[in-house]
Amino acid sequence: MKAKAEMDGIGGGGHAVGQPIKQRELDSHVKGQTLYYEDVKVPRMLHLKIHRSPVAHARILNIDTSKAEQSDGVVAVLTYRDVPATKVWSHFEAIGAAPGAEPILAVDKIRWKGEPIAAVAAETLSQAEDAAAKIKVTYEKLPSVFDVDEALAPGAPELFDCWPGNHYVFPDDHKAAQIRFGDVEKGFAEADHLVEHVYRTRPIEQAPIETAGCVAVPGSDGRYTIYTNSQALSTTRNSAAEIAGLPVARLRLVGGTAGGGFGGKVDMAIEPMALLAAMKSKRPVKYRFTREDEMTVSSTRAAWRVSIKDGVMRDGRITARHVITHQDIGAYLRNSIYGAFKHASHMPGPYTVPNVWADVYCVFTNRTPSAAMRGFGVMPASFAIEMQMDRVAKAIHMDPWQFRLKNAFRNGDMKAHRREVWDAALVETIQAAARLTAKDLPEEYRQMSSAKRPLSAPRIAGG
Amino acid sequence: MTAKRVSLTVNGRGENIAADGLTTLQQVLREALDYNSVKDGCTQGSCGACSVLVDGELRIACLLPAGGLQGAEVTTLEGLNARNSTSVIQQSFVEHSAAQCGFCTSGMIVSAQALLDENPAPSRDEIMEAISGNMCRCTGYLPIVEAVASAARKLAKGDGA
Ligand code: FES
Ligand code: FES
Repeated sequence: MKAKAEMDGIGGGGHAVGQPIKQRELDSHVKGQTLYYEDVKVPRMLHLKIHRSPVAHARILNIDTSKAEQSDGVVAVLTYRDVPATKVWSHFEAIGAAPGAEPILAVDKIRWKGEPIAAVAAETLSQAEDAAAKIKVTYEKLPSVFDVDEALAPGAPELFDCWPGNHYVFPDDHKAAQIRFGDVEKGFAEADHLVEHVYRTRPIEQAPIETAGCVAVPGSDGRYTIYTNSQALSTTRNSAAEIAGLPVARLRLVGGTAGGGFGGKVDMAIEPMALLAAMKSKRPVKYRFTREDEMTVSSTRAAWRVSIKDGVMRDGRITARHVITHQDIGAYLRNSIYGAFKHASHMPGPYTVPNVWADVYCVFTNRTPSAAMRGFGVMPASFAIEMQMDRVAKAIHMDPWQFRLKNAFRNGDMKAHRREVWDAALVETIQAAARLTAKDLPEEYRQMSSAKRPLSAPRIAGG
Repeated sequence: MTAKRVSLTVNGRGENIAADGLTTLQQVLREALDYNSVKDGCTQGSCGACSVLVDGELRIACLLPAGGLQGAEVTTLEGLNARNSTSVIQQSFVEHSAAQCGFCTSGMIVSAQALLDENPAPSRDEIMEAISGNMCRCTGYLPIVEAVASAARKLAKGDGA
């Protein structure tokens, strides 16, 4: 009975940690019987194709959809005039991701290559594609910026009038997600060595094997249902309803098994568009990213630039860590602030550092807007910190394992964002890794534990 | 484009379908015949999620024009589900937790079946070669390779054959 309960997974009554737990849909996966959104077939469904900008930064002078409207099989053509609410994408208002500035369909300006301008709903996908290609847009091209160095250079072209210098400004009027703990200048003054370096990551596409997609279906009762593979069902429902000018009670989202997501299906890329097209055509509308869309216009992991300066004692204690991060969020905010907060709160890594200062900026560029991907904001933080840990260890001629053990969190230590550590496990994890890889650690390091720090080496803010 | 009629067998059943020059086997199987195990991950021959057997050979359904399949015998995972050797492969996938989101899994199992039909005792390299056209973004290939290897061992011992 016990084994059965464990195989049934969490809620089966057994312990989860350390036990194999069977993926709930494994039996149907291997038979090809799992239902994904696309396996639900809706009669009289239309297909959607978006006309997107071929330029990265431009003013729109004119949008001519007349030829598309005459094209075979076309039922509805939508531009910004068909977006009822002035509301734009912004489903992280609760954490300060406001004001939103991203239109569902471009109004007067293009900020990235691939920005949606018009949508065509037609009887077949190839008819929708043919018609979308007939839309004519006239542009006045503008100079572009493609990374944070270009975006922050003096006199750089700006994406938004409301955000000068391409810096996102939080609603309470500051520019960065910040950590202030102790006094880094004092920490640097005490240090034997200062080690400074800049680390960069590049954008990565989440690339789930099932591309993002949905089907929006008008109901006979004035309600709409969207079948979707979204990873963020309730925020997507609320935002899509607002964008379409519908009371939330008139919109139902049906999720289910997604064919992979990795953060790429968090940021509401498709549902509002399908909903608006279903409202205009009064027909079910399917909108799915092709593989090419997924690789070229869906949001990616951001490019990050992380500058770290550490003060360190000869014996390996880090006295201060100063971090300035610029997140290249691309052309629109989406949920990048959330990544900035997570990045900031991850500083200074799983190490106890008495003096920490971090500023994490969101910077606009004319790149594809970025969004979540596995460990949103944390991956670039960990990457930069661990590269820096190796660099500092080398600078003071210390073994990098010992250097990490010496600085690892202990229970009772205070983190830079002022939460006491109570579940530290880094010391034991490094020790286990050392055993598994036959790494020789001196006795003193083998005896260390996360339980507490020796009284001789207290770690207190500003100390 | 003018459609022509094509008669073929799908999972043992005779079908007569309409296909123009651009109709793919994937469209026929998914849209006309509702074989949902045939997935669409790229529609361009690069992910393997639409893998099926045509006359016993492993094929990518999204690149195969249906118009040329007069008289062909097509097998999707729905058709393989009745086979004992397939159920041994499926059981091994379950035992090795060789699927997570499951979107690649039908194609993986069809590829594994095609391999074991041809080569009942594949080496590790041969298994990797056989599934090299099937992309998986979730599981990692290690459990999948182990699952196929273990299925081969079980089938050699006669379990479920
Ligand atoms: S859908 Fe056919 S190979 Fe990807
Ligand atoms: S299990 Fe998700 S792609 Fe393979």
